[in-house]
Amino acid sequence: MMTKRELDLWVGIFALIGIGAMLFLSFKVANLASFSNGDSYQVKAKFDNIGGLKVRAAVKSAGVVVGRVADIRFDNDSFEAVVTMNIDSRFQFPKDSSAKILTSGLLGDQYVGLAAGGDTVNLKGGDTVKITQSAVVLENLISSFLYNKAAEGDAKK
Amino acid sequence: MMRRISEMLRALGARVIDNWVWRLGFATRFLWLTLRASGTSFRRFHLVIREIYFTGVMSLVIILVSGLFVGMVLGLQGYDTLVRYGSAEALGVLVSLSLVRELGPVVAGLLFASRAGSAITAEIGLMKATEQLSAMEMMAVDPIARVVAPRFWAGVISMPLLAALFSAMGVFGGYLVGVRLIGVDEGSFWSQMQAAVDFHEDILNGVIKSFVFGVAVTWIAVFEGYDAPPTAEGVSLATTRTVVTSSLAILALDFVLTALMFRGS
Amino acid sequence: MQNAVPTSNLVEVEKVVFSYERRQVLKNINLVVPKGKVVAIMGLSGCGKTTLLRLIGGALMPDEGEVRVAGQVVNRLGSDELFALRRKMGMLFQFGALFTDISSFDNVAFPLREHTSLPESIIRDLVLMKLNAVGLRGAADLMPAELSGGMARRVALARTVALDPMLVLYDEPFTGLDPVSLGVVGQLIRELNDSLGATSIVVTHDVAEALDLVDYVYYMSQGKVEFHGTPDQVRAAAHPSLRQFVYGEPDGPVPYHYPAPEYRQDLLAQ
Repeated sequence: MMTKRELDLWVGIFALIGIGAMLFLSFKVANLASFSNGDSYQVKAKFDNIGGLKVRAAVKSAGVVVGRVADIRFDNDSFEAVVTMNIDSRFQFPKDSSAKILTSGLLGDQYVGLAAGGDTVNLKGGDTVKITQSAVVLENLISSFLYNKAAEGDAKK
Repeated sequence: MMRRISEMLRALGARVIDNWVWRLGFATRFLWLTLRASGTSFRRFHLVIREIYFTGVMSLVIILVSGLFVGMVLGLQGYDTLVRYGSAEALGVLVSLSLVRELGPVVAGLLFASRAGSAITAEIGLMKATEQLSAMEMMAVDPIARVVAPRFWAGVISMPLLAALFSAMGVFGGYLVGVRLIGVDEGSFWSQMQAAVDFHEDILNGVIKSFVFGVAVTWIAVFEGYDAPPTAEGVSLATTRTVVTSSLAILALDFVLTALMFRGS
Repeated sequence: MQNAVPTSNLVEVEKVVFSYERRQVLKNINLVVPKGKVVAIMGLSGCGKTTLLRLIGGALMPDEGEVRVAGQVVNRLGSDELFALRRKMGMLFQFGALFTDISSFDNVAFPLREHTSLPESIIRDLVLMKLNAVGLRGAADLMPAELSGGMARRVALARTVALDPMLVLYDEPFTGLDPVSLGVVGQLIRELNDSLGATSIVVTHDVAEALDLVDYVYYMSQGKVEFHGTPDQVRAAAHPSLRQFVYGEPDGPVPYHYPAPEYRQDLLAQ
């Protein structure tokens, strides 16, 4: 029969390694550290088509993650998608920066790419990115390709 | 002829109601009694600690070893399939997501049910058969508060920890096989994994699953023990019932939870 | 709150009827147990004597009738009051029912630790005193699995009287004991009863031991009290089923043969 102290010791060890495993999973396996709850400011952007963009998708600039998509809404007046992004406070972008919806890899997840503009004034919380480019929708791409091909064929005749 | 059929249906209905519906009702009331009697478990936490040792610590060996082997097999099988599509670097993603979302909580839950769950049922059933529970009652000590509740909370606390340990060992096993043995690029292994596994979506959902499984398995284990007929045969039947019912419950709950959580976001 | 009616009887069972899963076990039980006495309830296996003991202890509720302990009606007590009453009762179960995962010392200390806030040093003294009273002070550190049947029974007895109860209930205390242990347990029941100033009820079918030990006997058969009296009255009784019980006659009102078809016909049938 174990003494109380031995029991406590083993249970303590068990709890420690269990919590250690959870920390390992959170930081080494998942991406908890890379975007923890640092300070961030919110910036909006409107798109004609967000394609497959999802909430919590990355916001990248020059390929580096600088923020996360916080919310995606539909504006019934302008019939556009309104994407709200949380940008890490460490990074400032000029007011005339542009936002594009890009695909990582050929068929991967979609994310928002922020390209810096040249303005001296920076975006601050609550601002809206004015220049946006919507996602490339595969069907549109195919139909425009076919259209171009058909137009070429006509021009040759 | 018609009477035979209606007789059989009547007997089946009676069986279903007596065995399943009535028992389920009793089990629910028992869970309520256990929760209500939990004050003692928290005021005298060393009772729970003692039970965490017997359910959690004693399950460590089987959980860690199984986790390692499952991870290693995932590494082997995963590589075999991925390399055909030129995506061997995604091995880390495959191993980690499989473990964290599904295999960790489910397999650890099944192992927990068969090792710790059956032990709890046997212990409580034996205490009932040797009149220890009645003796406690006659000494004006509530056996549910003193015997059942600490074991219940010990199971609920141990299960998520064991599932996390299983997943962690599995990832390590996948790493050993994939990177060390086969030669998948170590950098890609971890970086793609970190990009693909989301804390909220995957890790937290896995923890929620293991918590739900812990409640289900331990509830079934303590109930079957408490309800067991006080004979040797009764206790042994109750022990097997615990393992079977817990396993089925885990798999069914896994489906429900997966459907709710991973609805193709 | 029940008004305790002053009475010289500690336990009174009045017109109690109890059924267990459609079988009527107790049909109309009436008995009284005066304070300070040791009373035996005897009968064949299955006559309901253990059930009666549980009714007195409040573990079961009668279908009809009343069970009164110290003037309080047990089956109508609220859980707090039942709790308080049980602290003044002790029950010794058939094979001791010691908690197998803790030592003998911890078993005896259990009721003290659960119901009092006495410091460990005082609890230690009390436990050793109780164990000494049953002659097992030296076995305090042994686990129940290491004790013989008789020793386990005695440790359980020490646990039963740990809080100095006013009523002690014994469920078949003599079952399976060797002659020496039998004598020891019997002696302990009497000694503890008298030294604690308690009242004891012993359920048993060990006739010889019981008749030497107790002050009064209730004989149960088929759910009713068929006879009651002092041990001498019991030995001299002419009541047929009682005689069969007391003198261990194989055949009498309780037949030797379980009901069966006629012997020759049963053998000759294919």
